[in-house]
Amino acid sequence: MKGLVRQATNLLGTDRDTESGTASKAMKVLVRESRHLPVLSHRKEDGTRWTLKEKLLLGLTPQQYMGQALKNPVNWVLAAIFVIGVPLLMQRYIVGLGAVTHSSNDYPWGLFLGFGLFSMVPLSASGFMLGTSVEVFGRHDFHPIERLALLNGLLGYFFAVVYLMVDLGMPWRISYPMFISLGPAAVLFLVAWHVATYLSVQIAEISPAFFEWMGWERPKRFVRSIILGLTIAGIILSTLHQGALGALFTYAPAKVHPLWYSGFLWIFFFCSSIAAGLSMVIAVSTLCKRFMRWRCDSEFLDNVDDLTLGLAKGAALALATYLVLKLIGVAHDNEWAYLLTGWGQYFLLELLVGTVVPLVLFSVAIKNRNVGLARFTGFLTVGGIILNRINTALVAYNWKLYQEIPHWKEVVVVLTVFAVYFVTYRAILYRWPILYSWKDQSSG
Amino acid sequence: MKRINRRNFLKGTFFGGAAASLGLARKSSAAAFEGYPEGMGVLVDLTRCVGCRSCEAACNKEQGLPEPEKSFDDYSVFDEVHHGQKRRTDEGAYTVVNRYDVPGQDHPLFRKIQCNHCNEPACLTSCFVNAYTKTPEGAVIYDPSVCVGCRTCMVACPFYIPTFKYSSAFSPRIMKCVFCYDTRLKYGRPPACVEACPQEVMTFGRRRDLIKMGHERIKENPSKYVDHIYGEHEAGGTAWMYLSGVPFDQVGMDTHVPKEPILNFVKDFLGVVPMVLVIWPALFAGFHLLATRKDALTGHGHSEKDGEDQGR
Repeated sequence: MKGLVRQATNLLGTDRDTESGTASKAMKVLVRESRHLPVLSHRKEDGTRWTLKEKLLLGLTPQQYMGQALKNPVNWVLAAIFVIGVPLLMQRYIVGLGAVTHSSNDYPWGLFLGFGLFSMVPLSASGFMLGTSVEVFGRHDFHPIERLALLNGLLGYFFAVVYLMVDLGMPWRISYPMFISLGPAAVLFLVAWHVATYLSVQIAEISPAFFEWMGWERPKRFVRSIILGLTIAGIILSTLHQGALGALFTYAPAKVHPLWYSGFLWIFFFCSSIAAGLSMVIAVSTLCKRFMRWRCDSEFLDNVDDLTLGLAKGAALALATYLVLKLIGVAHDNEWAYLLTGWGQYFLLELLVGTVVPLVLFSVAIKNRNVGLARFTGFLTVGGIILNRINTALVAYNWKLYQEIPHWKEVVVVLTVFAVYFVTYRAILYRWPILYSWKDQSSG
Repeated sequence: MKRINRRNFLKGTFFGGAAASLGLARKSSAAAFEGYPEGMGVLVDLTRCVGCRSCEAACNKEQGLPEPEKSFDDYSVFDEVHHGQKRRTDEGAYTVVNRYDVPGQDHPLFRKIQCNHCNEPACLTSCFVNAYTKTPEGAVIYDPSVCVGCRTCMVACPFYIPTFKYSSAFSPRIMKCVFCYDTRLKYGRPPACVEACPQEVMTFGRRRDLIKMGHERIKENPSKYVDHIYGEHEAGGTAWMYLSGVPFDQVGMDTHVPKEPILNFVKDFLGVVPMVLVIWPALFAGFHLLATRKDALTGHGHSEKDGEDQGR
C-alpha cells in the first residue's frame, strides 16, 4: 500500500514534459511542428482571422484533425463504451426504466441518482468554492485555476441533470415543478429550483471564456460587471442545494442506517462537498497538466503546483471539519454501540478511507510541499466522496431489508453518460481559454 | 446612496413582516395538523384474517389492474420470497396478504397491507409537484397528470407502499391504493376490499370512532390482543389501523416507524433555508469588503481583469 502511494506520488509529481502522455501525443506533435498552433488569438501568424470552423478544428485541417483523433487511444475506449452503452440508453427510453434497471420498488433510487446526482453535484462544488475565493475573498493568486473550477462546476451540474433525465420516469415533464404544478414545501422542489438557477449562474460565470473565444467584447464586459453578485448568488444556491441533497434522506429516517442517517445530514453533505469540489479541481488539473500540456499556458503551468497545495489546504480544512461533524453526529444520537457491529466497521472504513487518510496525507503533503502526494490524495478524496454518497443512497439505505446490487446495464448506462461528460469536458478545454489566456482582448 | 426615509422604512417593514409571517403561519398550522376531523378510516383486526385473498381479488377488479399470473385462490403465493422478503405491493397489486408462521401459535397468521392513508403523508409532503392530495374523506390520492416520476414518494413512505410502473416508457406512473376514492369513498361507501371480506376483518368508519372501537376491543379481550393500535400514532397517525394478537413485528409490521409525521424530520433543514437566503448575501458581501479593503485603500486594484468588481 505504502509503495503504491509512493509510486503514484512520484508519477503525479514529476514535472518533466511527459512523452508518456500518449493521449495527446498526436496533438502535441502537431503543435510542436506548426508555428501557428495552438489557436490562442483571433488572428493567425499571417494576420488573417481564424474562422469559426477553423477554431472548432483547433486550427488543423480536417484530415489532420481526424488523424490525431484516431491516433488517440482514449477515443477508442470511448468508442467502445458508446457502442455498448448507446443502444442500452435507447432501450431505456423506448422500453422503459425496467429494461435497464432492476425496477425495484424497494430501492426507487439506484446508481443514476446515487452516482449521477448525489456524487456529481458535490464534485462540482468547485465552481462556487473558487469563485468565492477569487471574487469574494480577493484571493487573486487562484486566478489561473479559477476558470477550470468554474467549468468543472458547470459541467458537473449539467451532467447531474442529464443523469436525472435518465432516471426520471417522465423526463419530458422536467419543467413541471417550475411552472405547471408547484410543491414548494418539498426538499426536491428546492433542489430543482436551485440547480436550475445555479446552472444559469454558472453559465454566466464561465461565459467570458466563450465570449473571448468568439471575440464578443461587450457581453463579456457586462458579465464581469455583475460577477460579484453572481458569485454570492452561487454561494447561497450551493449551500442550500448541496445541503438539500443530504436533507432528501431525512425523509427516510427509518430506512437509512442510523450511522448514516442524521438530522445533520444536510451539514454533512454541504461540508464534504467543499472537500469534494476542491479535490476534483486537483484531480482535473492534474490530468490537464499531464495529458493536455500543449493547451496550457505558462501562467497555468507555472502556478498549478503551488495552487494544488493551496487547494489541498482548503480541502484538508473541510475534511477536518467534516470529520468532527461526523463524530458529533454519532455522539448526538448516541450511536456508539452501532460502531461495534458490522455496519459500524463499514462506517469506520468509509470514514478512514474517505476522510481520515486523505486528511493525514493532505497535511503531510502541505507540510513537505509534496505536490505529487497532494494530487494522489485529491483523487483519493474524490473516491471517498463517491463512496459516501453511494453508501448513503444505496448501501445504508434499506439496511433492514437486503442489499440491492445494480443491474449491469445500469452500470453501463452510468458509464456511457460519464463518457459523454468526458468528451464534452475535453472538447471545451481544447478550445475555450480555460487553461490559457486569450491573446488579443481588444480586437473583437 | 439611497436615503432611508420614514416612508420607505415603513414600507420595507410592512412587506418584510408580511413575508415573514406567511412563512410562520404555514409552519405552525402544519405542526398542529392532526387529520381531518371527519376523515374516514378502516380498522383491520388481524386476529380474524384467514388469508382467503378475497380482498386482493376485489381490489384487482375494482381498480382494473392486470390479471395476475397466479389466480387469487392460489395460496402458493404465500411461500413466495424475493430477496428474503415476502410479497409487497407492486404495479399489479395495490393490496397484498402475507402469511406469517409465528412460533407458539397453532395456526398461521395473515396480514393485509395497502396504503395506510396517513394524516400527514410523507409521499405528499415530499412531492415537488403536488401530485398527492389528502382528501377530507381521509384518502391519499394521486394525480398522474403532473407526476414527473422522481420516485421521492417511494423513498419517503415509511410503509413501502407506493410503487412505480417501471414497465412503461411513455406513460409510467405511481401505482398505489387510493382508498377507492373515485368509485366509492367519495360517495360514502367503503372500499372494495372491505366489502369483499367474508371474515369482517375490516371495519370502515370515522377514524376517531375506530380508535375508540379498537381500544374497547382490547379492553374487552386483553388476552386476545396486544395493547396497541398500529397506526394510531405511527407516522403521525394513519387512516388504516391494525389490531393484532401477537407483537406487530412478528406479522411483518415495522415497529420502528417513527411516531410522528415524517415531515418533522425534514423541518430542521427547511427552517435553515430562509436564514441562508437572508443572511448569506450580507455576510459574504461583508467578507468581500473586508478582504479587499487593503486593495481599495491603496487604490491597488487587481489590474483590468478584476478592477471592475472592486469598484462595487
